[in-house]
Amino acid sequence: MTISLHVNGQAHDLDADPDMPLLWALRDLLGLTGTRYGCGEAHCGACTVHLDGRAVRACVTPLGRAAGRRVLTIEGLSPDGRHPLQAAWVELAVPQCGFCQAGQIMCAAALLAANPRPSDAEIDRSLAGNLCRCGTYTRIRAAVKKAAGTGGGP
Amino acid sequence: MERAARSRPAHLRPGRDRDRVFVRVLGATAALAAAAGACGGGRPPPPPAGPPVLAPAAAGALRSPDDFLAIADPAARSRALFLEISRVLTHPRCVNCHPADDSPRQGDDALRHDPPVARGPDGRGVPGLHCGSCHQDRNLDHARVPGAPDWHLAPATMAWLGVEPAAICLQLKDPARTGGKGLPAIAHHLEHDPLVAWGFAPGADRAAPPGSPAAVAALARAWIETGAHCPPPTATPAGGAP
Ligand code: FES
Ligand code: FES
Repeated sequence: MTISLHVNGQAHDLDADPDMPLLWALRDLLGLTGTRYGCGEAHCGACTVHLDGRAVRACVTPLGRAAGRRVLTIEGLSPDGRHPLQAAWVELAVPQCGFCQAGQIMCAAALLAANPRPSDAEIDRSLAGNLCRCGTYTRIRAAVKKAAGTGGGP
Repeated sequence: MERAARSRPAHLRPGRDRDRVFVRVLGATAALAAAAGACGGGRPPPPPAGPPVLAPAAAGALRSPDDFLAIADPAARSRALFLEISRVLTHPRCVNCHPADDSPRQGDDALRHDPPVARGPDGRGVPGLHCGSCHQDRNLDHARVPGAPDWHLAPATMAWLGVEPAAICLQLKDPARTGGKGLPAIAHHLEHDPLVAWGFAPGADRAAPPGSPAAVAALARAWIETGAHCPPPTATPAGGAP
């Protein structure tokens, strides 16, 4: 079955099963490997992308749900890697191993799009489901605040 | 998501205990009636009437409204009908999405939702972590994520988790707590809401409440037609295999 996707502003026609997880299509069919496979069952957030501007977990999003809709991955967040969150991430050296960080940034980007100046509690609530096995949570929160212009100095 | 198991409060457990409590409640009513008759003078009191014998519920089923016709007094029948409905309303598949706080529950033991999600302003989560970020319009067997259209929490004013049947009954009759929904709308919710339908067919190894959307809605309509009376505070449903 042919499924039309708009990923990071580009149209793609994929010959794929509509029940295939969007994550597989992104990584295996389109080569967009910035989105990570962590748990595969909606537990870790490593696979977070945007669907029409809202964060979804690509490992449990059937490809058919994304048909005809706008998908945004970490590769498309900004043309030059200078989205305020990416800049804050670099400045505060947030990642440890880095595995979870694309998902963290995409979740934070969805938060800031809806709520540009979130409180600490709002940041914690929105990112509560994005796990980091390296424990970079305090740096993640500081970087979100820095990107929001509400604090987060090194 | 719906994943784990722990035992439910004793008063909500199906089976023998419930039978005993129900018989006690009805037995006390019968004793009072007999005492009142004894004060009436003249004729000897009729032999004490036992509690109406309800047909046992079949495994996985609800009694039908007709099964309650043995209870002659409409108000008493109404109360008994509500207790039968409460076998559904207090089931984990229902109460897990009717909490008073900000966290949905999962499994049969009201464990907090994992990952930790928040109710949000409209019961559909918060930016970055909406219910629909993970829950689809159907179950996802490969990830054991349950799903149905518009997966969301009931408003906190409609909390049923840890609430006695009598208190749930009073809540359903209070439009201030049902968002202005009248009783017919509640019967409609039970019969037609896709989330209720999911609860009766939850998939995987999740336990389902007894009956079906149509069966519980029929009971709800019979309850409404008999005056929508609420059971006494300590009453629990008659037994029946869940
Ligand atoms: S890989 Fe999707 S949530 Fe873990
Ligand atoms: S930086 Fe290693 S998992 Fe988050």
